[in-house]
Amino acid sequence: MTEKAKKKVKAPRVGMPEQKPEIRKRNFEEVPTGYTVAMAQEEAARCLQCKKPGCVAGCPVSVDIPGFINLVSQGDFTGAIRHVWTKNALPAVCGRVCPQEIQCEGLCIVGKRGEPVAIGNLERFVADWERENGTGELPPTAPPTGKKVAVVGSGPSGLTVAGDLIQKGYDVTVLEAFHKPGGVLVYGIPEFRLPKAIVAQEVNFLERLGAKVEVNAVVGRTVSLDELFEEGYEAIYLGVGAGLPRFMNLPGENLIGILSANEYLTRANLMKAYLFPDVDTPIPKGKNVVVLGAGNVAMDSARTAMRLGADNVKIVYRRSRDEMPARAAEIHHAEEEGIEFFLLTTPTLFKGDDKGRLTGMECLKMELGEPDDSGRRRPIALEGTEFHMDTDLVIVAVGSGANPLLTQSTQDMELNQWGYIVADEETGKTTKKGVWAGGDIVTGAATVILAMGAGRKASDSIHQYLTWGW
Amino acid sequence: MFKIVKREEMAEGTVILNEIEAPLIAKKAKPGQFVILKANEDGERIPLTMADTDPDKGTITIIYMVVGKSTALFKTLKVGEVFQDVIGPLGKPTHLEKVGKVVCVGGGTGVAVLHPITRALKQVGNDVTCIIGARTKDLLILEEEMKAASHDLRVCTDDGTYGHHGFVTDVLKEAMEDGDVNLVVGIGPVPMMRAVANLTRPFEVKTLVSLNPIMIDGTGMCGGCRVTVGGETKFACVDGPEFDGHLVNFDELMLRLQAYCEEEKACYEDFCTLQAAT
Ligand SMILES: Cc1cc2nc3c(=O)[nH]c(=O)nc-3n(C[C@H](O)[C@H](O)[C@H](O)COP(=O)(O)OP(=O)(O)OC[C@H]3O[C@@H](n4cnc5c(N)ncnc54)[C@H](O)[C@@H]3O)c2cc1C
Ligand code: SF4
Ligand code: FES
Repeated sequence: MTEKAKKKVKAPRVGMPEQKPEIRKRNFEEVPTGYTVAMAQEEAARCLQCKKPGCVAGCPVSVDIPGFINLVSQGDFTGAIRHVWTKNALPAVCGRVCPQEIQCEGLCIVGKRGEPVAIGNLERFVADWERENGTGELPPTAPPTGKKVAVVGSGPSGLTVAGDLIQKGYDVTVLEAFHKPGGVLVYGIPEFRLPKAIVAQEVNFLERLGAKVEVNAVVGRTVSLDELFEEGYEAIYLGVGAGLPRFMNLPGENLIGILSANEYLTRANLMKAYLFPDVDTPIPKGKNVVVLGAGNVAMDSARTAMRLGADNVKIVYRRSRDEMPARAAEIHHAEEEGIEFFLLTTPTLFKGDDKGRLTGMECLKMELGEPDDSGRRRPIALEGTEFHMDTDLVIVAVGSGANPLLTQSTQDMELNQWGYIVADEETGKTTKKGVWAGGDIVTGAATVILAMGAGRKASDSIHQYLTWGW
Repeated sequence: MFKIVKREEMAEGTVILNEIEAPLIAKKAKPGQFVILKANEDGERIPLTMADTDPDKGTITIIYMVVGKSTALFKTLKVGEVFQDVIGPLGKPTHLEKVGKVVCVGGGTGVAVLHPITRALKQVGNDVTCIIGARTKDLLILEEEMKAASHDLRVCTDDGTYGHHGFVTDVLKEAMEDGDVNLVVGIGPVPMMRAVANLTRPFEVKTLVSLNPIMIDGTGMCGGCRVTVGGETKFACVDGPEFDGHLVNFDELMLRLQAYCEEEKACYEDFCTLQAAT
C-alpha cells in the first residue's frame, strides 16, 4: 500500500449530521440531515479508486462506485449523478435505505483496515444535490415504438421497469391498487427515514417522461391481465410486492390493539395518521408498545410508535442480536431513541379486558439450537421461563407473504409452493406468455435494490421480446 | 376523480344516496361487492357495499348512514362534486344459485346492500321473500325497490308506525316456521345479523351475512378487517364480505368495530362544530 493510500485508510469516515435522538424521537422529520458539499468531497477523497473495486462487486446493480465518487471529489456533481443513473434510477431512495454494510460498503477495500467509504451517504448526496440544484433536464427518449406496456404495482420494481421502457420509446402505463404510487416506499417506510416528497418526485419524473400512472386500479379486480391484453397491451410486468401480513396465530390475536405492521405503517405513512385529527384516519397510540420481529419493518414500527408518544417501546425477538435482519443503521438509530430489545423472547398468548382491548401478553424465553433451513440457528423455547409483559399495543412485524388477490384471478401462471410467482431469474419471464414478474412477489420480502435489479433485467427482456419476439 | 351525478337524502337526511361516475367499476361489479371511497386528500378510506350499478351509464350507487366524520363529510358533497378516490369492485360477489325459497332480511342501511342481492337471487329463479325494517316509518328506505326486487315484501317498524309492529326477526320466525326455506340472507347492523343467525340456526338453514369491519386497503394487505369465522381468522375484504352467519363470531366483530370509537367521536364533534360555525 502506498503512503497516500495508508493515509486515506486512516482518515476518519465523515459522519452525516443527524437530529439528536432526544429531539427526533418525537418528530417525523428525517433523521440524517445530509452532507454539505465540503463533507461530501472530504469523504469522496477517502476512496482509493481501486483497480479491482470490492464495492462494485457487492452492488446488486453494479453501480460504477469509484467512477461516481471520483466525479464527486472533483466537484462534478452533475456528472456524478448522471453516472449513477445509468445503473440505478432511484439513488435518492437507495442511498437512504440500502443495506450498504452487507453490500458495497461491506466489501470496500478501505473497510478492511478502517471504516469503509460512506458510499450510501455519497449516493444520497449526489441525488439530493441534483434535486436541489439540477436543471431537471430530462434524459433523451427513443422515438415512439407505438407499443403499449402495462406495469402492475408502483413499488421500486415497477418504477424501474416503467423508467427503462419509457426511455426506450414504449407507451407505458403503471397501474397501482392504492390511491398513491410508490409501493412500500410510500406506505411502509416512514417519513423520518425516506421523505415522501422524494418518492413523489421520482414518480413525477416518470410522468414528465410520458409514463401514465393510474391509481385505484386493483389488477385482478378492477381489470384482469387478459383484459389488459385485450386493451392492446403487448407486455405486462408484475411488481406487486409481498403484501400479505403474517400473524403469529396465537390465542387473543384479534384483540383490539394488535395490528399487523402493514396496517400500522399504512395508517401512519400512506394515510398520514400521525397528523390525526388534522387528517381523518386514526392510529392507535399505545403507552407500552411491543413490536414483534427485528427486521426493518419492526424498527420502522417501533420508531413510529415512539414518535407517536409511547412511554416505552420494546422489540421482542425470538433469536439473538446477531440474527436481527434490519439494517445496522436502523438498529443503531432505534437504540439511540430508547427502544428496548427483548431478545430470545417469544409471545405465547395475548390477554385483554372485557372490552376486547389488549392488556398484556405472556412470553417465554428461548435459546438457540442447531441451524435450520435458512442457516440461522433455530430458537427453542425454554420450559418454565414464562413471564408477563404489560402492553396496550402490539405490532406484528414477523414477515409477509404473497398476496393471492392477483395470482388467484390469473389461471395460467405458475406459482411456487408459497404462492410466489415463478419467474426466470435472468429475464423475469413468467410461464404466462407476455407476462414478466419481479421484486418481492417473486423473491419474497427482500430489498429495494433487489426489486429494482429484477426490474432492470425484465425491462431488457421486454424490450427484446417487443423487438424480436418471446 | 369520481363525479357525483345524483344525490338524494333519505330517512330524514340521516341516509344519503350518491350515484357516482366510475365506469370501470360499474362494468365489473357484481352483487355483494363493495368499493372503498375517499373524499379528499386527507380523507379516510371508507368501505361501502354497492347498492346498485349501471354499466351502460358507467355509474355506481352507494347508500350510507351519516355516523361519523367521514360520512358527514361525504354528505356535504353536492352533485357535480367529486370523490377523490373510489376503488373496486372489492370482495367476493354473492354466490348466485337457484335453491328454491329464499328469505332476504334487511335492517337500516343494510337494506341498500340487500337490494342488488335480492334482485339477483330472484333473477336466477328463486322464490324470494323479503323482510325489511327500520326503527320508525320515516327511517325506512327503498320500500318500492325492494317490492320490485322480490316476490313478497314484508315491512316492520320497531315502534309500530308502519307495517308489522316489531323486529324483522319476528317476521322471519314466522317465515321459518312456515317451512321450506332453503336460504336466508341477513344484512344490517351487527346485532340484527346476530339475531337472524341465532334464529335460523335451529332450523339448519344456510344463512349468509355481509360483514362490515374496519378496513384500510380492502385488498388483503393489512389484516385490519380480520374476523373469526368457524374458529379461523378470515380477512373480510378478500374472503368475504359474505360469510356463513352460523359460524361468525359476532361478539368479536362488535368489539372490533369500537376500536377507534373515542378518536372518531372527537373527530366528528370537531367537524360538526366547524360545520355549524361556517
Ligand atoms: C416497513 C418496511 C421497511 C423496509 N425497509 C427497507 C430498507 O430499509 N431497505 C430495503 O432495501 N428494503 C426495505 N424494505 C423492503 C422493500 O421495501 C421491498 O423489498 C421493496 O419495496 C419491494 O419492491 P416491489 O416493487 O417488489 O414491491 P412493493 O414496494 O411492495 O410495491 C408493490 C406495489 O404493488 C401494488 N399492488 C399490489 N397488488 C396489486 C394489484 N393487484 N394491482 C395493482 N397494484 C398492486 C401495491 O399496492 C404496491 O404499491 C422494507 C419494507 C417494509 C415493508
Ligand atoms: S472498494 Fe471502497 S475504496 Fe475501493 S473503489 Fe470502492 S468505495 Fe472506493
Ligand atoms: S382491509 Fe386490509 S386486509 Fe382487509
